[in-house]
This record gives sequence, structure tokens and C-alpha cells, in this order.
Amino acid sequence: MTATLERGLNALREQIDAPVASFFTSCVSCGLCAEACLFYKETGDPQYTPIHKLELMQRLWSNEYTLLGRAKSMLGLGKKITDEDLTEWETLVYDSCTMCGRCTMVCPVGNDITMMIRKMREGMSASGHGPVDLVGAAERHTDGTSPMGDLTKALHARVKQASAETGLEIELDKPGVDYMLILSSHEIASGEEMIAAVARIMHKAGVTWTISTEGFEATNVGIQLGNRDVARNLVSRVVDAAEKLGVKGVISPECGHAFQAIRWEGPNLIGREYPFEVVHIIELLDKLRAEGKLKTKGKDHDRITFHDPCQINRRGGINKEPRNLLNMVSDNFIETEDAGTMNWCCSGGGGVGANTRANDLQAKAFNIKKRQIEAVAPEKIVTMCAFCHTTLENQLEARNMDDIEVLGLTEMMAEYLDDED
Amino acid sequence: MNNPYFDLLMWARGPGFDIALTILIGGILLRVVEIVVLGRKKDLAKPKGSPVSQGIKTIFTRSVPRKGMMKDAPVTYIGGYVFHIGFFIAFFFLGAHIALVDDLIGLNWPAANKALIETAAAASVIALLALAWTRVKDPVRRALTRFDDWLVLVLSGLPLVTGYVAVNQIFGDPTLMMAVHILSAELLMIAFPFTKLMHAVTFAMARYYNGSIQGRKGAES
Repeated sequence: MTATLERGLNALREQIDAPVASFFTSCVSCGLCAEACLFYKETGDPQYTPIHKLELMQRLWSNEYTLLGRAKSMLGLGKKITDEDLTEWETLVYDSCTMCGRCTMVCPVGNDITMMIRKMREGMSASGHGPVDLVGAAERHTDGTSPMGDLTKALHARVKQASAETGLEIELDKPGVDYMLILSSHEIASGEEMIAAVARIMHKAGVTWTISTEGFEATNVGIQLGNRDVARNLVSRVVDAAEKLGVKGVISPECGHAFQAIRWEGPNLIGREYPFEVVHIIELLDKLRAEGKLKTKGKDHDRITFHDPCQINRRGGINKEPRNLLNMVSDNFIETEDAGTMNWCCSGGGGVGANTRANDLQAKAFNIKKRQIEAVAPEKIVTMCAFCHTTLENQLEARNMDDIEVLGLTEMMAEYLDDED
Repeated sequence: MNNPYFDLLMWARGPGFDIALTILIGGILLRVVEIVVLGRKKDLAKPKGSPVSQGIKTIFTRSVPRKGMMKDAPVTYIGGYVFHIGFFIAFFFLGAHIALVDDLIGLNWPAANKALIETAAAASVIALLALAWTRVKDPVRRALTRFDDWLVLVLSGLPLVTGYVAVNQIFGDPTLMMAVHILSAELLMIAFPFTKLMHAVTFAMARYYNGSIQGRKGAES
């Protein structure tokens, strides 16, 4: 047994807990999870059956954590996990799973398959079987300020642009404010729109906010790669910055896995509760709406549909909020089939979109989303995740459907903001 | 009474049953403890919803297929329902079974009539055959199927078939067939804790965990 294999198996052993054992004990291999998976649905290939992607983890559990398995292992009968197995499963665990969570919703015995994929990735990455693109992004982010390298200069430039555009002062590293906004690198790289939108809405609502130059990046490739050390380090940067500034809350931006990282995994990664609250930007906007602090003027008459980011709705619990907001600014809002909790993934989540090796498979998997979009024939698609946003744009463009405009919900709300005093 | 199978029937009803029941209960306890001792780390993220109540709720709600799923895998869903409901009726509402439970723990309830029991048993066996067929024909199920899956299919079907044969005296010596029926049920009991049959107990744990993980986030399950 090689050292890397042993390290991987140890990382995997650390992930096995009571829920995992109850899930594997309960699986009756009915195969229903396949029907919920975009990769199986669009390829018809049984290797993409979600529970099959976990076979190595199931084998380890069976060999070492069950009575019969331990007895078999003692007699030298249990099938061991080899390096070749890990190599074979690498593409199944990373390239053909966006951790969208649909399988978790349909499993009749209630197995949280998605959570186990997240766990299995810990073992894969520890054994040196993480996809090269994700490993590269993790290295760049660990050494710099984002997976795109150092974006500090870009951040300063964007804040300056947003300030000039809105005529509002946006102060970086300001202590004692209500909220600290973090951003995904996409939102910084693509333009100043998101920062400007937040500035206008917060100003109008009377909420004070800032961005820290010491912890502004929201994305966390450690979550996608399955490397707790990387994930903890990246979460700590944000937590440290928020504590240093003494803010009441951190605003998680329009990014799916970033929300999962800072809101749900973060406290568990650093091993303590936060002294501040974490809200998703759309949760905050809906709260401001309910308090009467977010008022809009006029409505968009175009045919609009909404794309639910998996990590924010199905796995993040934010379902009604974006709909409350959209209905304020649109009078032609139509839902796609399966919208809401059972929405189909954009095909780019869970690191798949950042993993160039998976490009062709991802393009196939997107077709289910494409058909759902075609069925409602929208002029605009609104979403609340920058990565879903980019994925939708790219995949639509590749199919000559780029006459459909893709928009972020925060920017849309800012566009219809009632600015009059 | 000189039936050569009488002793076998008596053994099956006496010591055989005691052995099987001991293994069934002891095995289930062992397997459940084996899961629970692994524990789970306290979740430090501030909850948005209620993990406990949603966990309990999900134990029940997950019995209903999610919208649109039925048409994607009709044989698995319908076969699954018919098998489980049929098995449940044949097991719990046959007079002789109720008498057995009454003997053991002093609880009893009204029996169903013979026609209902037999219809349920027959439907249950047909459902098992349909489920077996998907394991042969359907690529997803075929790829997932292991020896354990075949074993539990056969072990679940045997008591239904042998019970029907024994009660209706279809063939064979009635005393022998009754002994075979009881022995097949004991085989099922013995295999239960060490095969996928365990799902009949642990599904409640799995659904609870699923519901509580999602519920904590204020997400649906």
C-alpha cells in the first residue's frame, strides 16, 4: 500500500459517522437516485448512478465498520480498495457530480448521497486524486487572495468604479458597520455592477457596510475539492476579517458553494460558532423588503424565469425569498417545470464547471436545463449565483440561444430601486 | 399421529423459532448500536429551521414519491409499494400469525379474511418477480445488483410462497409444507440483521438524519 493511498483511506475513515453508516445500511440498490441525476438522465450511462459513485466509501465502511465485513476482512475475504480503484472513481466523484442534491431528495430510504460525495472527496483529494484544475485553483487561492490569483488591485479598481457610478462613498475596511460583504471572484472580475448594486440598495435602506481587503473572496475551492484544510484556511480569512472589523453580519454574495462554505460548513471547519450572523444577499434583501426598507419603482414586462442555484435553494434553504423579490419587479414571471426545491442544476456546480476535463460531459448534462428553459421561452433568466449565471450564459451561447439575457437578482433589484427621497 | 415430518414441524415451531428470534433481535440491536456508536459531530452552524421536527417528519413523508418520479421508474415504485403492503398484510393479518404474536407478547388484533390475505400474498410475490425482472433487464439496477440483493429477494419471497402452498395444501405433505414455511420465515429472520433486509429498521434513522440535516438549513426534505 502506497503512502498516498493510506492517507486517502485515513481521510475517508474520518468521514464515516452514524449518518453515513445508517445510509449505507439502508441502501437497497433500487437505483432511483439515477433518475434524479442530470448526468445519468442525459447520458443514460449507469456508471453515473449516484450511489455507484460512492462504492469505494461503501466498501470501506462494509469492510471496517460492520460485523460481517470485519469478520470477512479477518479471513482475508473483503475486497480491498486499491490505487487503481481511486483513479477509476476520480472522474465519477468529481466530473459527473455537481453535488446538486437531487438524489438526496428522492432516495426512498432517505440517504443523503450528496453529503457522502462531499465526504468521499476528502478521501480522494487526500490520496492525490483531486482534479488537476481544482488542485491548481486551491494552490492559487491559498497563495493569493482568490482562485484567480491576487484580486486586491482589481477590488480597489471596482470599488472606485462603483463609487463613481453611484456617487456613493464606499469605504473599504471600515470597522463597526452593520455588514461586511464578501464577493465571488467572478463578481470582481466581471465588473463593478454587483458592488454598485449593493451600494445603492444599502444606502437607500440605511444599512452600513464595508468590504475587507483582508477577506473579501467568498468562493472556497476547498469545499469542492474536498480538502478541509484548504476550506478551513479560506473560511478563517473571512471570519478573521469580520471579527477584526467587529461587524454584526457577513453578507454572502450571489454564489452557491460560497454560501454553503461560509454559512453551513464554516463554523464546523473552524470548530466554533461565529460571533456574527451570516446572511445570503437575497435573504437580506427579502428581510429589508419585509421591513419596508427596500422599495422599488416600475416593473419589467419581459418574460422572465428564475434559475434556482442548488446550493442556495435545495441545499441552502432559500426558496421563497427570491420569488418575493422577483414579484416586486416583474409582472411577467414564469416558473420552469420543477422550479424551486427540485430545480435541475445548471451543470456547472460542485467544481464541475471549473474542471476543464469535464467540459464535454457538462455540456451534455446541461441539455435537461436547456429543454426546461425552452419550454417557457423566456426573454430573461434571473438567478442568484454568479457561477450559475456564467454557466447559463456560456451554455446558452454555445447553443445559439444567447438572445436570452441572464441577470443577477441583486442587480435587477437595484435597477428598479425607488431612489426618490 | 405417525407423520414423519411432525418432529420437524415441532422443532421449527419450538427451538428453531427461538433461535431465529434470538438472532433477529440480538442482531438488529448489534447493528443499530454499531451505527449509533459512530456518532456525529455537533453542528455548530446556527440553525435556520428545526432539525428534530423535520427529521421526524421526513421519516413519514419520504414514503411518498416526489412529483414526476413515478413515471421515471414505475416498476420500482409500484413493485416496491405492492410488495411491502402485500407482505405487511399477509404477515400481520393472518390469524395464525396474530396468535403467534399474542403468544409472544400478549398483543392481538382482528384477522383479515383468507381471500384478502391470499390476494395480498400473491400480489406481493408478483411484485417481487417484477422487481427481480428490473434487476436483470434495467442497466442501472443490473449494475447495482449484488449477491445480497438476490438473496433478500429470494428470502422475502419464500415465506409467501410456502405459506400459500401450506395453507391451501397445493402440493406435498401438509405437515412438511408447514414446517418448510416456518423454516423459510426463520431463515429470513436469521438473515435479517446481516443483509440489506436491515433497511426495514435503519430506513427510519436514515430518513431522520436526512430530514434533520436539511431541516437545520431551513431547506425541504
